[in-house]
Amino acid sequence: MEAIKLTTPLTKEQSKKLKAGDQVLISGVIYTGRDAAHKKMIEAMERGEELPFDVKDTIIYYVGPCPAKPGQVIGSAGPTTSGRMDAYAPALIAKGLKGMIGKGLRTPEVISAMQEHSAIYFAAIGGAGALMARTIKESEVIAYEELGTEAVRRLVVEDFPAIVVIDSEGNNLYEQGKEAYRKK
Amino acid sequence: MRKLTFEEIASQVERLCIEANTVIGDDVTGALKSACAQEASPLGRSILEKIIENNDIAARETVPICQDTGMTVVFVDWGQEVLFEGGEIKEAIHEGVRRGYDKGYLRKSVVQDPLERVNTGDNTPAVIHFDLVPGDKVRILVAPKGFGSENMSALKMFKPSEGIEAVKKLVVETVDKAGSNPCPPIVVGVGIGGTMEKAALLAKRALMRHLGSSNSQPHLAALEKELLEKVNALGIGPQGLGGSTTALAVHVETYPTHIAGLPTAVNINCHVTRHAEVEL
Ligand code: SF4
Repeated sequence: MEAIKLTTPLTKEQSKKLKAGDQVLISGVIYTGRDAAHKKMIEAMERGEELPFDVKDTIIYYVGPCPAKPGQVIGSAGPTTSGRMDAYAPALIAKGLKGMIGKGLRTPEVISAMQEHSAIYFAAIGGAGALMARTIKESEVIAYEELGTEAVRRLVVEDFPAIVVIDSEGNNLYEQGKEAYRKK
Repeated sequence: MRKLTFEEIASQVERLCIEANTVIGDDVTGALKSACAQEASPLGRSILEKIIENNDIAARETVPICQDTGMTVVFVDWGQEVLFEGGEIKEAIHEGVRRGYDKGYLRKSVVQDPLERVNTGDNTPAVIHFDLVPGDKVRILVAPKGFGSENMSALKMFKPSEGIEAVKKLVVETVDKAGSNPCPPIVVGVGIGGTMEKAALLAKRALMRHLGSSNSQPHLAALEKELLEKVNALGIGPQGLGGSTTALAVHVETYPTHIAGLPTAVNINCHVTRHAEVEL
């Protein structure tokens, strides 16, 4: 399988072309956030404040990296379980967020928001944080520093490996893949 | 009488924390490689290859295999003839964890109060299980436990009449429900018997067993084999994206129990089944 090269920002035109099962290599700027940061971002939106970054056409990576060793850009940085962000994701998707990278199932609410706004859910390989850290070329904390590993970071990635799990039409590789290999 | 000091214990725990988080066991590598050779899904094979490559990088560069460097579970089998000098054994272990997570650039993932949730900043306290054993040796096993998989675990107090079928059903349903969350391929620890907490501990201990080993009792070895086939038939596959490798192993451990009970615990671990041990 040839991987598709993607460069951020992820526009609607690009996202609509991606299909569940596609392997991709992502390059460009992406942002990080886990539950604590999501909670703060949603609270900021509710108060009518600006978000730490403009979410339009961006990708958020659900990750809480290890501290960087001297000489490293970032420590090991694999995906965390996306389900914990499900309560917050639809509001960000409605604001223009086009991609999420994580692992594990999403709720029907997230999937229907994705369909409505042509967003993509990518899976990164859980437990391959050392491999993925190598594709991260720059890392900078841009908000909520007090959250430590859970702070919002701006990352510059090069050929970050991911797989399209849920596409903008709602096709879901978690379901399709399991169905294809299940022994009845 | 043999003596061990605070510093000896702390420095060993420090080393084991770093080793466990950066070097995966040969047994896991072997299991991943044979799974890769047998995996039916091409995407699954490519994922398994990347996992093997990841583990190589981690060991070579002494960086964490996974960014979730876990809550630190420590098993201590303390020989009854060994004396401890210089304070509290528990504190020596916590001190080792503190230093290991700092010096190893490991992620600190522990919150002090489970409801108020403020990070302790040094990954302490560890969860320590002591056992007193005969002899003059001390065995320390450090097993950092990630919570993507820990959260998918389950425990049920069955009626004895529900028997082995209930046990099998719980294991298969727990794995099925976990789906992609625990980063498959997974390792499944099953504890049957004892009391509620004993079953949970047996399940955790089962995860420490060498991958590929079978329970020494034939009926339990057969149960392990059957359960492995059943969970792999679910089709979940590597990372939950479909395939024939959902689990690398199912390990079952048992203990005598009460006439009225059949406690059963299922502890799920990811492919990053980490542990490092030392005998002092
Ligand atoms: S479940 Fe295991 S492999 Fe997955 S993120 Fe947690 S520790 Fe890492």
